Amino acid sequence: MLRRTLAIAVKELLQLRRDPRTALTLLGMPMVMLLIYGYALSFDVQHIRFAVVDQDGTRPSRDVAQAFLQSGYFDLVSQGRDPRVLDALFDSGRIQAALVIPSGYGSDLAARRSTTLQFVLDGSDSQTATTILGYARQIVGSVSPVIRKNARDAAVAPVPLVWYNPDLSSARFLVPGLLAFILMVTSVIATALAVVREKERGTMESLRATPLVAIELLIGKTLPYLLLASGAATGALVIARLLFDVHVRGSLFWLAAVTLLFLAASLGWGVLVSTVAETQQVAFQLGLLSSMLPTFILSGFIFPISSMPPALQVITHIVPARYFLVALRAIILKGAGPEVWWNQAVGLLVYGAAVLAVATARTVRSL
Amino acid sequence: MNGGSSQPAVVARDLTRTFGPFVAVDRVSFEVRPGEIFGFLGSNGAGKTTTIRMLCGLLAPSSGSASVLGFDVATQAAEIKRRIGYMSQRFSLYNDLTVEENLRFWGGAYGLFGAEMAGRAEWAVVTADLEHSRRALVRSLPGGYRQRLALVAALLHEPPIVFLDEPTGGVDPEARRRFWDLIDELAAAGKTVFVTTHYMDEAERCHRVALMHAGRLLALDSVPDLKSVFPQGTVVEVTCGRPAQAMARLEELPGVVEVALFGERLHVVLGNPAVGASLARSLDAVGCENATVRAISPSLEDVFIHVIARAEGEAA
Repeated sequence: MLRRTLAIAVKELLQLRRDPRTALTLLGMPMVMLLIYGYALSFDVQHIRFAVVDQDGTRPSRDVAQAFLQSGYFDLVSQGRDPRVLDALFDSGRIQAALVIPSGYGSDLAARRSTTLQFVLDGSDSQTATTILGYARQIVGSVSPVIRKNARDAAVAPVPLVWYNPDLSSARFLVPGLLAFILMVTSVIATALAVVREKERGTMESLRATPLVAIELLIGKTLPYLLLASGAATGALVIARLLFDVHVRGSLFWLAAVTLLFLAASLGWGVLVSTVAETQQVAFQLGLLSSMLPTFILSGFIFPISSMPPALQVITHIVPARYFLVALRAIILKGAGPEVWWNQAVGLLVYGAAVLAVATARTVRSL
Repeated sequence: MNGGSSQPAVVARDLTRTFGPFVAVDRVSFEVRPGEIFGFLGSNGAGKTTTIRMLCGLLAPSSGSASVLGFDVATQAAEIKRRIGYMSQRFSLYNDLTVEENLRFWGGAYGLFGAEMAGRAEWAVVTADLEHSRRALVRSLPGGYRQRLALVAALLHEPPIVFLDEPTGGVDPEARRRFWDLIDELAAAGKTVFVTTHYMDEAERCHRVALMHAGRLLALDSVPDLKSVFPQGTVVEVTCGRPAQAMARLEELPGVVEVALFGERLHVVLGNPAVGASLARSLDAVGCENATVRAISPSLEDVFIHVIARAEGEAA
């Protein structure tokens, strides 16, 4: 059993070696995709066109305006005392955000009374607006302690404290998702193609006449791709660290374990695709569609699952990246151990076992 | 490794396979003796490949039964697969692997390893005459070599019986001849060879030939015995200037059983040898002058055509 499986795996590796283009694509593609998506897919907002309306004109009011400008996110477009200009500025799109400091701000602080700042936002792009609001809160928060020191009991805004990703960098949030996405797509397609190629070339017929059984064939065929995908995953993590400053906080062992589990599940899906497809073209299309879209949309990669309609939330349970992502983010960003994400690992295990069982049954039937 | 030589290598009893309403193999019964070259002769779509796939445990029979080396094809496919060699109609090697890599893989698929594997690979390379191409990619080999390599690859685990499904498709006559020399060697070494073909010259080299047509087995015998369906002198070859017209005329003549066109020549089967003498005169009358008529020993193709015509006559 072991020898026959090994024979298949060795053969598959030899074929990969003969076809360095495929091997390099599989190995390099995840890294290249990570580079492209990592830079293109950023929720970070910079160069926000910004106006300051300072009706107070005191030192504390100048300090708070200065804090915004020094944050690096805001480009000053307009400055004045009259808030009425803001309408025109927002309408024409010349500014995206404005800070209005009411008169009395400085004296309120001096008198140790609580006070307010007005922050006006163009909400037509809600994603960007939310991000800008986050920046504003952070900046006000960072100013507050300073103010409090100067004016002892004055209550200013609450101080938000963001854990795990303090500067809310989207790379840190996206990299685990990208990792899942890329590994899923490449491993599904690679396995599906490898199996369907045998059907297309006619070698499958000869394989079926040997004592090889379905499970040996499937394991032997997926093993080399598992190896390759693991290499690709490692490469992607190195790139994430070097270029996007994403460090793995948790244990590398658990990271590898969960990733292997996920890869096995994806490879299983690839095999399942191969039992349906008769040609490599169909296998490619089917593999791409069935892995890319669900992983992108339904895994929580970009859109949080908790904000999906209930019916969709149910469907997300058959997307393996859903489980992987939670565990991955927990390990990479939070440094969490298995006690936190063990249920995700169980989800992956169940999914992988189910998919492989169906794939094996289908392969046996076609034998 | 299996039983005595008295036990048939293959037994088929009313073996049938249908695909929806289409009957690919229709109640076929035969036995293959150990050590013989057993030929399955028929045109494309006659049911040869379907039969061979059922015997190799790749396709379940719809009804009837068959056993290979004493194992039932429907219930003991795994036992059969371990003990047979199979060379499918489609090329079964990996073009992007070398000769040795292919051999090692196919041996590994049968669980061979280590010294035994090395020994069998060496035997295969020598037998297929590929000593100088061990490290050559299969795709770079000429067709005849590839075919021989596919054959020895199916024999690595030393099966007592090997199934060859149209093994010489697409290779030149010289390569076909060498391939058949190899088959003769195998038979001489005691292996049972089950081979399908649609080449008459290949069928002539089989010990026994089964004629298959439209899913049915029409005749099964040694080549000389098959040919003896025609009494001495009842098959004649007619050569004349206008074969098509001559054919039409001959078919009308009393005493003529069958006429078949072979290129420029006609093969005519007569009810009795005496009719032969009058053929030339009858042809003169319709303008096919200078026709020559000579008795020939029937070819396997004559037999094939005769048997099919008889079967279709019965069906009609």
